[in-house]
Amino acid sequence: MTELLWIVPALPFLGAIILIILGTKLSRIAASFVGAGSVGLSALLVILIGLNYAPAAGPFRQVLWQWIDVAGLSPAFGFHLDSLSLVFIFVITFVGFLIHVYSTEFMAEDEGFARFFAYLNLFVASMLILVLADNLVLMYLGWEGVGLCSYLLIGFWYEEKKNGDAARKAFIVTRVGDTAMAIGLFMLFDIFGTLIINDILEQAPQLWSVGSQTAMVVALLLLGGAVGKSAQLPLQTWLPDAMAGPSPVSALIHAATMVTAGVYLIARMHVIFELSPTAQLCVGIIGALTLLIAGFSALTQFDLKRVLAYSTISQIGYMFLALGVGAWSAAIFHFMIHAFFKALLFLGAGAVIMVLHHEHDMFKMGGLRNKLPVIYWTFLIGSASLAALPFITAGFYSKDSILWLSFAGEKGNIWFFLAGLTGAFVTSIYTFRMVFVTFFGEAKTAVGHHTGARITIPLVILAVLSLVGGFIELPHTLGHLELFSDFLKPVLPAVAVDPSATTGMEWTIQGITMVLSLVGIFIAYHYYVRKPEQASQLKSSLAGLHRFWFMGWGFDNLYDSVLVKPYVFLATVNKNDIVDKFYSLIVYTTELLHRIFARSQGGILRWYIMSMVIGAILILTLGLLL
Amino acid sequence: MDQVPTEAGLILAGVLFTLGLISVLIRRNIIFMLISVEIMLNAAGLAFVVAGAKWSQADGQVMFIFILTMAAAEVSVGLALILQIYHQLKTLDSDAANKMKG
Repeated sequence: MTELLWIVPALPFLGAIILIILGTKLSRIAASFVGAGSVGLSALLVILIGLNYAPAAGPFRQVLWQWIDVAGLSPAFGFHLDSLSLVFIFVITFVGFLIHVYSTEFMAEDEGFARFFAYLNLFVASMLILVLADNLVLMYLGWEGVGLCSYLLIGFWYEEKKNGDAARKAFIVTRVGDTAMAIGLFMLFDIFGTLIINDILEQAPQLWSVGSQTAMVVALLLLGGAVGKSAQLPLQTWLPDAMAGPSPVSALIHAATMVTAGVYLIARMHVIFELSPTAQLCVGIIGALTLLIAGFSALTQFDLKRVLAYSTISQIGYMFLALGVGAWSAAIFHFMIHAFFKALLFLGAGAVIMVLHHEHDMFKMGGLRNKLPVIYWTFLIGSASLAALPFITAGFYSKDSILWLSFAGEKGNIWFFLAGLTGAFVTSIYTFRMVFVTFFGEAKTAVGHHTGARITIPLVILAVLSLVGGFIELPHTLGHLELFSDFLKPVLPAVAVDPSATTGMEWTIQGITMVLSLVGIFIAYHYYVRKPEQASQLKSSLAGLHRFWFMGWGFDNLYDSVLVKPYVFLATVNKNDIVDKFYSLIVYTTELLHRIFARSQGGILRWYIMSMVIGAILILTLGLLL
Repeated sequence: MDQVPTEAGLILAGVLFTLGLISVLIRRNIIFMLISVEIMLNAAGLAFVVAGAKWSQADGQVMFIFILTMAAAEVSVGLALILQIYHQLKTLDSDAANKMKG
């Protein structure tokens, strides 16, 4: 069964090619079958492969053909399947399939229907190549492929200028990180003479000792790539603007899959990060800062999708935090659960926005609880999972394990833990602020049409997964089940827990988390359902802070004044290229001489003779004199 | 028979050449200009002959025959051009043929 691995990325790629070539000729139904069907078959195949896969049997490697062979660089078009990539391809194809099904209804009226599915299929194929690649060059191909699709899909409605701007911003900002990553790959090739991931991971511990300078530089460069793709500090500014794309795109690319590519990269190259404690600490610090900054920004947004965007940045911050303390499997677990509930939330938000005729402002929504019961309940489940409501939601288990390990893990410390705890508190406030404002209170906008089965069924499936997905990994205190981390153990080592940490401490921490989550929900209930006027009072009394958070901590303004404005200024100054002036001078001199000598060519024959005579006399005189 | 002194021959050639040159410069009639050029050519030829006589060599006279041949060719081309100019401009004034100015 595993031999069929190559078909998994090939199917969506084929779908993309069919849709690109025949796009305009296919009927909408045919295009939906090609678009959603190819990903659906891939998902089915992944599930079959997964059922036949035994982690103990070791990784499965499949080389399709030699891709490049020049001067010692010989990456193959080869796939590498192990537990880590299996988790990723499962999430990509399965959640991807649900989002494709959802899109067939969501985009039904859109003119670019086939184009949308072509991009979406291409994205799925690139993402699968990214996570299945057995060498870093092929991974880089997938990495840039998803970047391209992200650009194309953010700017999908390109008639509006701001969508195109957002697409370009996303593309350019992630390029900063990608450049760092490319330099990292060059260094790795220079050092190891190969870019096959497994060879590098095997050779690295022999070559470098822990704390090696080179390992740190390489790890930091790779971290740069991860930071760009995963929208972490300081390159997080592109993700909120990326919400200009259609909602299914936000769900698939900017929540569930692509933005977690950075997490995958770090988890995949974890050996190098373990060799460089400084770089790993940086990962944790970036994660902790990002989750706080994005969490507070999410508190102040009014656009439903922007709340979710900041929330995504914040949740990926949690994953980075987990990676930073060496809790590899906890990070991947949170990635999977986050993919479920955040895709659910984006799809739910998309459905609400569609039903309300493209109204994004959640303060103009309200009272949708009774009118859209399915969307309400699924959205509520997704929010509960995001806010880590204790015991019943998957988000509780995944977030709890990160919080516990950031405190008790060997590389954890109290600051990471406090940041995570504050983040969790803020998360539950902004999540339920969003729920209460959107679905409770008075109805402010009339509901248009209702959603069909192709929208509700994916929502229900994702809602179920957001609830039960967490039961495959339970903490020591609650059942102690480690299916997920056991599954990942052959690839990602288990985290070493500080021996002084006791079960009592774990209970205490879980207790604090639960209380904070519930208190957060209560605060949101108090301010947005019971006493909405207090919320606006609070907002006006803290107007400056509100504005600062609303602007995403001023990062956009900072980059605008530090990078964009000087660049535009230089461009304006140098509009008429300064170097070009030199060449203009040559042209000017030539033209001047031309005009002078043209005057001498008067067309009078006798003048020509005269000048010839004078010339001859001069030459003769000179000949006699010298 | 006494030889003509070389200096006298060369002076005559120089005078002829200068006369030709001056008339090329001051004449506006294109036929006269052509004639003046012929005079200059013959002056040069005379200088060759005189030099050949001085050194008792036939080269000077050979050179003169070359010059004659060349002059014949030149005149035939020149006269053809003059005819064309006359057809085009209805005048033989060289200043009228000034269309190719810069």
